[in-house]
Amino acid sequence: MTTLQSRRERASVPGRVRPDSTHASPVEQRRRRRIRVSLGILALLCVLGVVAYLTYDVRGSWEYAMDLRGRQVGSLVVVGAAVGASSLVFQTIAGSRILTPSVMGFDALYLLVQTVIVFFFGGTAFLMMGVGERFLLNTAVLTVFGMLLFRWLFGRNSRNLLVLVLVGIVIGSLFGSLTSLASRVLNPNDFLTLQDVMFATFNTVDGTLLWFAAAVCLLGLAALVPLLRSLDVVDLGYDNAVALGLPYHRVVTLTLAVVTVLVAVSTALVGPMLFLGLIVANLARQVLPTHRHTELVLGSVLVGVLCTVGGQFVAGHLMDNGTTLSVVVNLVGGIYFILLLMRTVKL
Amino acid sequence: MISVRKVSHRYDKQVVLDDVGLTLPVGQLTSIVGANGAGKSTLLSVISRLLRPETGTVFIDDLDVQSAGDDAIARRLAVLRQDNRVTARLTVVDLVRFGRFPYSRGRLTPEDHALVDEALDYLDLQPLRDRFLDQLSGGQRQRAYIAMILAQDTDYILLDEPLNNLDMKHSSSMMTLLRRAADDLGKTIVLVLHDINFASCYSDHIVAMRDGRVVVQGTPREIMQREVLREVFDMDIHVQDLHGVRLGIFWTTGAPVGPGPLAPEPGEVGQPAVTVG
Repeated sequence: MTTLQSRRERASVPGRVRPDSTHASPVEQRRRRRIRVSLGILALLCVLGVVAYLTYDVRGSWEYAMDLRGRQVGSLVVVGAAVGASSLVFQTIAGSRILTPSVMGFDALYLLVQTVIVFFFGGTAFLMMGVGERFLLNTAVLTVFGMLLFRWLFGRNSRNLLVLVLVGIVIGSLFGSLTSLASRVLNPNDFLTLQDVMFATFNTVDGTLLWFAAAVCLLGLAALVPLLRSLDVVDLGYDNAVALGLPYHRVVTLTLAVVTVLVAVSTALVGPMLFLGLIVANLARQVLPTHRHTELVLGSVLVGVLCTVGGQFVAGHLMDNGTTLSVVVNLVGGIYFILLLMRTVKL
Repeated sequence: MISVRKVSHRYDKQVVLDDVGLTLPVGQLTSIVGANGAGKSTLLSVISRLLRPETGTVFIDDLDVQSAGDDAIARRLAVLRQDNRVTARLTVVDLVRFGRFPYSRGRLTPEDHALVDEALDYLDLQPLRDRFLDQLSGGQRQRAYIAMILAQDTDYILLDEPLNNLDMKHSSSMMTLLRRAADDLGKTIVLVLHDINFASCYSDHIVAMRDGRVVVQGTPREIMQREVLREVFDMDIHVQDLHGVRLGIFWTTGAPVGPGPLAPEPGEVGQPAVTVG
């Protein structure tokens, strides 16, 4: 073991350098290969899903169908990716598999922010702004308030998971009530404007908004990439992460900022979907038995896309718009959430 | 050298560290002992910059732990707290690789891999290297964490109650291993211990704390005395000398303490019924 101390001399000995793969045992190599295969299958399924969504039972003009469905599937992909990535890294930061941004009342905050903006500036000014500016304003305001909310939450109750879940749900309904209070005080025109903005659906996605959302989503995901290896260490808990020289608060703050932006993107496109992130992130962790966030986040993005595209395919195409994606997601996700809570000792 | 200067800290209004000044020797195994709430773990957290004290500074050699870069400290000092979060999807070798994070930021070089392997060898973990942490027993898991600390390749190693949840056999082999790391590798090791007898048998130096203050420090022989232990623990602990190692007998409930057939004076060698080592 004296060699531990002489690593500098030894490293200079030629012929010591081995390719990375030989450092993994056969068992580990097999595990890694299985994860790569799983990721490949997920990617393939996503592509198939998108193609199926675009081409299923097209009647009439293909041009019209492609334009409409292209926008729909585009927003589904953006939402799936944003929700998948943000929920997974949020779980890591929160140190719990039950907490996702939505569970912590985050998209309720988004709606509140929108309402407050309409309340103070008036619906006309809001509409005058143009889709892009409005979106950026929303995102900026949400990021600021979101960071404040998270600082407050994690500063105070960081130890107790159930308290956090409870606080999140209370905050979510508080924001919801505030939103409905504010919208009742609005004049009818502003209220209509607000309704229009708050409950955008997949069927009528604004082209400009989609481009903005896609660009911001890509930027958010790109900003996440340099943080991924650090997030592996965050998973070890605060003490170990700091002990290993991780600038913990900087990593957590940056990650939360990216999460906020990604949540804003998805909520702007389709409104709140409480349990989507919960299903997606946990499914990804189940499918991919690894601790590496490079693989986990990619997997979660793919599972997210698969869930949104698949869910909307069922709701829109198969059930002929008899129900909406959020209803499907909330039904399935709600049951899943209860199951997770019941098993919480293990999480 | 670890030097703690005028460190004080409070949780709410409760004073946990009260103007602590301390210098810990290099290349030795130091144990910090004291009753619950004496401030041992808090002191360890402050030294390892996991906790910023209200006042006071800590220096590792020439580095101020609060202002030096995260990497710089992590390459010189490793710390392991108790109650580590176990993420289910982490294997032993994955965990030990994290020990190289201060050097490689997660992109391991062949040199890093070699050190990881050495740490695994040192703790006999090669047969378990691909097991997930949640499939291990408490003792095995503790060894895996120690291997991570060793892979970090620091001069200073701080451990908060490393014997927590370990049975007698694993406790003594853990202490033997730490003793070996201090002797063979020249590491400076600082432990928080509950059992004064482990501290007495394996340490070079003992620091005794009470009510957030360092009451007394010195060699095991100096600390393991009835008057000193009474001062620290507020208990009448009889000390017996066994093959030159001093043991405190604190589990004689209701038995008479003081001179007598059951409890000879300190320094007086009793009939050795057990061997210690």
